[in-house]
Amino acid sequence: MKVLVPVKRVLDYNVKPRVKADGTGVDLANVKMSMNPFDEIAVEEAIRLKEKGVASEIVVVSIGEQKAQETLRTALAMGADRAILIVSEDKVEPLGVAKLLAKVAEAEQPGLVILGKQAIDDDNNQTGQMLGALLGWGQGTFASKVEVSGDSVEVTREVDGGLETVKLKTPAIVTTDLRLNEPRYASLPNIMKAKSKPMEQKTPADYGVDVTPRLSIVKVEEPAKRQAGVKVADVDELIGKLKTLGVVA
Amino acid sequence: MSVLVWVEHDNASVKDATLAAVTAAGKLGDVVALVAGHGAQGAADAAAKIAGVSKVLLADDAAYGHGLAENVAPLIADLMAGYDAFVAPATTTGKNIAPRVAALLDVMQVSEVLSVESADTFTRPIYAGNAIATVKSSDAKKVLTIRGTAFDKAATEGGSAAVEAVSGKGDTGLSSFVGSEIAKSERPELTSAKIIVSGGRALASGENFTSIIEPLADKLGAGVGASRAAVDAGYVPNDYQVGQTGKIVAPEVYIAIGISGAIQHLAGMKDSKVIIAINKDEDAPIFQVADVGLVGDLFKIVPELTEKL
Repeated sequence: MKVLVPVKRVLDYNVKPRVKADGTGVDLANVKMSMNPFDEIAVEEAIRLKEKGVASEIVVVSIGEQKAQETLRTALAMGADRAILIVSEDKVEPLGVAKLLAKVAEAEQPGLVILGKQAIDDDNNQTGQMLGALLGWGQGTFASKVEVSGDSVEVTREVDGGLETVKLKTPAIVTTDLRLNEPRYASLPNIMKAKSKPMEQKTPADYGVDVTPRLSIVKVEEPAKRQAGVKVADVDELIGKLKTLGVVA
Repeated sequence: MSVLVWVEHDNASVKDATLAAVTAAGKLGDVVALVAGHGAQGAADAAAKIAGVSKVLLADDAAYGHGLAENVAPLIADLMAGYDAFVAPATTTGKNIAPRVAALLDVMQVSEVLSVESADTFTRPIYAGNAIATVKSSDAKKVLTIRGTAFDKAATEGGSAAVEAVSGKGDTGLSSFVGSEIAKSERPELTSAKIIVSGGRALASGENFTSIIEPLADKLGAGVGASRAAVDAGYVPNDYQVGQTGKIVAPEVYIAIGISGAIQHLAGMKDSKVIIAINKDEDAPIFQVADVGLVGDLFKIVPELTEKL
């Protein structure tokens, strides 16, 4: 079974985002970029499926600027087999990404597509579900456990209040939540080896997909700041404050 | 404009998250509530009483019993022929279903809406709430998920909407429900609790969580939350997690104990009305957002606080 894993290049999760002064977005010039953390979990899960003999080949795909090659190389160094970069210097929304991925899935015929549940830049949490709709496949979102058996997959999902397990007919979509696994680091020999793994380049036009955005950004602002309050010296003073604030009678 | 709202329910009653979605939808136009479930007459009757709901559609079918996105999304997409917008609460259920509906309608969804600026313009958080984007949709129909803490809850009484039965294609055969483990707790649910007591990695063990955090929570009738660090360390289950990768909460009072205040945690609780922080590190970032801070050893302070309250 082939596994397709889409990955996205985003602002590194340790970097504090700075809103640009002109209000057009978040400043991404000269800051560290990395693979979206949920996508790393998706790559790791695919590799584990391959190590178990369930997956035969792992294809990683990214939609973005040329620099997304680095992100794909990271996935190849972790253990993916080959990569496809669909080059777009303009931002592509989840709907456009899902349409492109649907075309890739039609060509590659994977048994599973494993995606991060959301990208930590736009926090949309849409692409996997949209891809499921476009392909007419089942979706196991926010997965904390994935078990493939025969022509179905059982996915345990992180839902409000606990866990839920669903059984999907394959091919199917899985989106990852944090506790699914802990991604490995690529070893130096594997980083070297990844350089010679195949990476194909495409454009949205090659797939005949219109990726014109449907949402326009009116402005991007800093959220309202909270003012730091007061420090109290001991528990009695804290209780006094709680009384003033009406928290306790 | 007519708006179809996804009702989150357990077949017998309506969950709170729906009420904020009704308020948000009311800012767009006439609100029609969709109850998709199995044996869900009780939920439909409850939805009919919500103030601001003009009609309830009840799709009662075994295929809709567990809210499987593969089955309910086509139902909603078909119904949307008669509506201008689909609004769902940004719960795990809403987030699972809405994008599937959006793609079937060829619409780009607006996720986690914080405010409705006009019929086509909305604000939403990006970068874990470190920035707020105002976006304008050019799609003819809108698909939105609503952040529950950003809108007032509609009243659960006062409406008297008619309930109308609708049906869809039912089971798509793509997925089936196997089972669920929903934590049963006497304490209030995090997303609707008025007070939340949250613990961080400084608690150092699950036992300390039980012996330090829980007695204070019980005394205050509070919900219990945790930072991602405490969850990752295995002190408490994941559904306790407050933050960008967990639950977004905005209670009247949030008491952060032994939580340093990482960006990802602040993203989940900084809209709380009053924030109280107890931490031994006086430079912890949590104090920059706290209304009241107490620097010291939580293992002494918290039991003393619990006893004196």
